[in-house]
Amino acid sequence: MPYLALDTSTEHLSLAVTTPAGIVGRDWLVGQKHAELTLPRLAELLAETGLVLQDIEGIAFGNGPGSFTGLRIGCGIVQGLAFARGISTLGISTLEALAQSASANKVIACLDARMNQVYVAAYVREADGWREATAPTVCDPHALPLPEGEGWLGIGSGFAAYGAALAERLGTQLAGIEPELFPRAAEILALALPRFAAGQGVPAHEATLVYLRDKVALKTSERVKA
Amino acid sequence: MLVLGIESSCDETGVALYDTEAGLLAHHLHSQIAMHAEYGGVVPELASRDHIRRVLPLTQATLDEAGRQLTDIDAIAYTAGPGLAGALLVGASVANALAFALGKPTIAVHHLEGHLLSPLLADPAPSFPFVALLVSGGHTQLMAVHGVGHYELLGETVDDAAGEAFDKSAKLLGLGYPGGPALSKLADQGDATRFKLPRPMLHSGDLEMSFSGLKTAVLNLVKEQSPLNETTTADICAAFQEAIVEVLVKKSLAALKQTGLKRLVIAGGVGANRQLRAALDDAARKRRFEVFYPPLSLCTDNGAMIAHAGAKRLAFAQAAGSFSIQPRWDLASLPAVE
Repeated sequence: MPYLALDTSTEHLSLAVTTPAGIVGRDWLVGQKHAELTLPRLAELLAETGLVLQDIEGIAFGNGPGSFTGLRIGCGIVQGLAFARGISTLGISTLEALAQSASANKVIACLDARMNQVYVAAYVREADGWREATAPTVCDPHALPLPEGEGWLGIGSGFAAYGAALAERLGTQLAGIEPELFPRAAEILALALPRFAAGQGVPAHEATLVYLRDKVALKTSERVKA
Repeated sequence: MLVLGIESSCDETGVALYDTEAGLLAHHLHSQIAMHAEYGGVVPELASRDHIRRVLPLTQATLDEAGRQLTDIDAIAYTAGPGLAGALLVGASVANALAFALGKPTIAVHHLEGHLLSPLLADPAPSFPFVALLVSGGHTQLMAVHGVGHYELLGETVDDAAGEAFDKSAKLLGLGYPGGPALSKLADQGDATRFKLPRPMLHSGDLEMSFSGLKTAVLNLVKEQSPLNETTTADICAAFQEAIVEVLVKKSLAALKQTGLKRLVIAGGVGANRQLRAALDDAARKRRFEVFYPPLSLCTDNGAMIAHAGAKRLAFAQAAGSFSIQPRWDLASLPAVE
């Protein structure tokens, strides 16, 4: 049964579907044009792979962290598609998807969170999937939670934006960097398939996002104290 | 034709089903006012985060109440602007994906057109043409409405919206946020003659309005009378409300005179104000014109007005797919519906 995945958490738009020949994924650098391009590109991908939306059994999506607006466009589209079709959804961490795109077994997945911060988690590849070595968090590059031991591959836009600070923080623990990697739908789908099979899909209205940055404004009482 | 409408432009999530034959079938609303109150105003990012949790449950509740299925829907209308960009994108994303999956068209609705046409949802409904006073926390405009999309701006506030003046003055009086309704309630107990507040631009000779000076006058009164006791606070509220109502009524009458029209339609949140309604009803009796209001439940932002405006614009429905929103959008740029 075919499944669909999408990611809109970065300046890329990424879509993937399962086909008899395996996962087919497509990525485009779209800047902030996710609203304009997601549904048209989805229609193209379905046509190219000989699928129609009615075939799709479930939809996986990058559920954060990442660009707030990008994430919500993706989540809103997933909600609308899944609600109309009555199919289930499954949110996959963009950091775990990022780890899945690396060829290494010990990775520090790190996305630029703007405001001089990063979204980061460290993962170790085990027989049954990725184990979190440090939990997903948003932090200053100089305060990155340190995983144990050496031989870590640093991946993602965080290493492009704050390469020097992260290299200094990680020292000899860092074995190399691949800053050009980004969360892609193909890896989201690969991570989601066994979870769909295990019955972990949820209805459309339960498709939610994980922002990590939860303090976005000061309450009146906090402003007075400040 | 059955139209689903989705509103998410600011701090209210609304969903409704409107049938071109049977009228409004059902509508559901979630207000975020309590969530934003702790912050002293609307926090756009928090508004967006809430909208995306609310749209589908409200849609389901609306379908259930109307006894309809998603597949019964002929078109999906959504607020495409003006409003908060991130908030608008939530409704637009869900609406377009729903329509895409259902193989139905979408209608991008202008939020203010939704308000402007909402008195048509009342019984009796006004017929065109009419003068509309659109008065809310974001807007204060007088328009000549000759038909759907035939809008002529007659005059508007040059600074604060009337509802904004209510909320800002309420804040100065320590009535919390959004304090407009609390201010109105206190005004009913106050003596409007004790303090005299200015009526800015009342005699400007045109239909422009200004409310920021009134807020400053309230600030000066608060300082002068401080510490405020309950009676003084109520008296300031009464004086303030009387000033705003007088300006809105006089400008509306001038708009009727200027256009020669005999019907006045009130739309927007301040349209729920009791003293404003009483003063307009009184003027209508004396001056022999008709005044129309939206149902009280549709004065705030809501999905019903979006489904309704969408139904009036079915001729402009588009295939679902690529979409964009318009945080700033001139009402006068809308195409007319013949």
